[in-house]
Amino acid sequence: MHLSQLPLEAFQRGLPSPEPRAVAERQRILACDGKAAARGLRTGMPVTAALALAPGLRLRERDAAAETEALLGIAAWAMQCTPNVALDFPDLVLLEVSGSLKLFGGLGEIAARLRQGLDAMGYSARLAAAPTPRAAAWFARAGKPRLIADAGLLESELSTLPLSVLQNADEEALASVGAGSIGDLLALPRDGLARRFGQGLLDSLDQALGRLPDPRGFCVLPEKFCAAIELPAEATQAEALLFAARRLLVQLEGFLAARAAGARRLSLSLTHRAAPATRIELGMVAACREAAHFALLLREQLQQTVLPEAVRALSLEVQAIEPLEHSNQNLFSDALHEEGNWPRLIERLRSRLGAAAVHGLALCADHRPERACTATEPGAKQLALDFDLRPFWLLERPQALEETEAVPCHHGPLKLLAGPERIESGWWDGTDVARDYFIARTTEAALLWVYRERSPAGAWYLHGIFS
Amino acid sequence: MPGLPLELDQHPGIWRGGELARSACPGIASGFAALDAELPGGGWPCGALTEILPQHEGIGELRILGPALARLASRGKFIAWIAPPYLPYAPALAAAGIALERIVIVKTARDGDSLWAAEQALRSAACGGVLAWPRDIRYPQLRRLQLAAEDGRCLAVLFRPTGAVHEPSPAVLRIALATSAGGLALSILKRRGAPLSRPILLPAVPPAAANSNTSPGPDLHAVDSLASVATAAGSVPARFALA
Repeated sequence: MHLSQLPLEAFQRGLPSPEPRAVAERQRILACDGKAAARGLRTGMPVTAALALAPGLRLRERDAAAETEALLGIAAWAMQCTPNVALDFPDLVLLEVSGSLKLFGGLGEIAARLRQGLDAMGYSARLAAAPTPRAAAWFARAGKPRLIADAGLLESELSTLPLSVLQNADEEALASVGAGSIGDLLALPRDGLARRFGQGLLDSLDQALGRLPDPRGFCVLPEKFCAAIELPAEATQAEALLFAARRLLVQLEGFLAARAAGARRLSLSLTHRAAPATRIELGMVAACREAAHFALLLREQLQQTVLPEAVRALSLEVQAIEPLEHSNQNLFSDALHEEGNWPRLIERLRSRLGAAAVHGLALCADHRPERACTATEPGAKQLALDFDLRPFWLLERPQALEETEAVPCHHGPLKLLAGPERIESGWWDGTDVARDYFIARTTEAALLWVYRERSPAGAWYLHGIFS
Repeated sequence: MPGLPLELDQHPGIWRGGELARSACPGIASGFAALDAELPGGGWPCGALTEILPQHEGIGELRILGPALARLASRGKFIAWIAPPYLPYAPALAAAGIALERIVIVKTARDGDSLWAAEQALRSAACGGVLAWPRDIRYPQLRRLQLAAEDGRCLAVLFRPTGAVHEPSPAVLRIALATSAGGLALSILKRRGAPLSRPILLPAVPPAAANSNTSPGPDLHAVDSLASVATAAGSVPARFALA
């Protein structure tokens, strides 16, 4: 994969920018975007000339560290296709996919998948495949999207490549001996070529053709995920932020797939000009990896978040990942699969309503009615406890009832059907209760759970509804 | 009755005026034989909206769902309670046989959130039952929930105030609850099938309370007399079961 626009995309990727942009190194233009190219900017042009052509140019100095970081990020993402990923600085990522062809369904499928992913992350890349890493790199750099699986075809295909792919300082000297393409070089006598241009040139040709070994150091997958993206213009709208964040989430998905893992907590921080960064935490009930699901949760969160200022950049971080099992596809029905997605539902509800608004119920071994039922995590295993007859509804705070002629009233006098059940408990934690509970019937035949305080005043309260 | 082609006859959305519709997915038995006999599909409908309109709060609107909820929870299905008016009390739910680990309570601050949560729960296909207490809901929103319920194929019950009885609704089953002579009278306002003119009577009092103070005698008499009135009036032979 050749990332032709990496110097630019290390700063900003996949987002249309209002003004032309370019990156310069040592007062020369290194890369420029489509808008700048339309105004006549070319690679290698002096900065002064570029500014004369496009006065509104947003020029930045090349940031090699950011490029390396971006390249490592892409490499980590690409490890979902193969564990063997190597970097070829400054702008190439090499994947050894021979072991993954069967799993993904062929070279074309892998290429399509990589292309789609790179596009979703906002990188523009040129893909090529060949039996040797050097040949693949040359094809990609030359912009020829060949997917060559057959080593027999390699030499004839390589012959057509221009000499620029060599990135050799002697390009002009090579041209002066009449060589215009790799094919011309291969036709020249080897000993003469080695004498004039050094053994290095010959070796790299041999490596491209697979006659010499070309060992590569494979990348090691990082433990943590951290990626950032800068916005072309300050944004406040949730949709704009989500669009940018999706690029990071796709990268995260690849990273997690490479580790066969899922994330349970994500934290996205939104950088502002002056105000401290806003942090958005996404919590999952079950570890998850799909970018689409993360994006859905993030959308709800972003819509709830109040931003102090416009956002300039986003960064996504995942501290802890946990292994995620691949689920097999069910042969007969999708019933099992459907039940499995309840954590998704809870996450979605929580992302909009807040974590405390969605909960399960648990029994507690306490006689005080308000303590016998507590909120818990949905789906958690529960104790089995026996209680006497209890109402389906409990009022969160007991409601005081009026008393007329020694009878409690709630929309008319209540008729006491059963009771009293005395509950006297809790002296140890300062919230002790002493109550006599009754089942009462209203004039409308609704059944209520009422109690009388065991105190001299003896006030009546409504505490539950049987329903 | 000849004339109806077979495929029309078997379409779940088409039924003869005099009979109950055949439901595409069998209902969830309500646990009350008298009620099941009158519901298309032999129980609470799946994949369709049901409305329950109690005359007063607390007359038994949850109790009539209890056995069905217990059955769903024992099959491992989640039951979402969306914007309940009070706290669903775990000891009573456990006593009704509803597995507590399958209950999800969703509290909302606004009506819009309740409807959104209900729609998400219905569509997700992760829930076996969705119970919702919308405070204010209009026809287009009901229609939306009905479509979501068709997607999710779960038990979908809306509890609405009795004032909504005369409003039009896309729900396939609407049941008004009222108390009648110590029992609970279920009037089926709408179902897929012939309209039912008389209410179904269920004993309303929880057993323990019934044993203590009220004698079951008068209730039984009330049911019997109503039944005889119904048969005397010449309507369809009634079947009453005191389940």
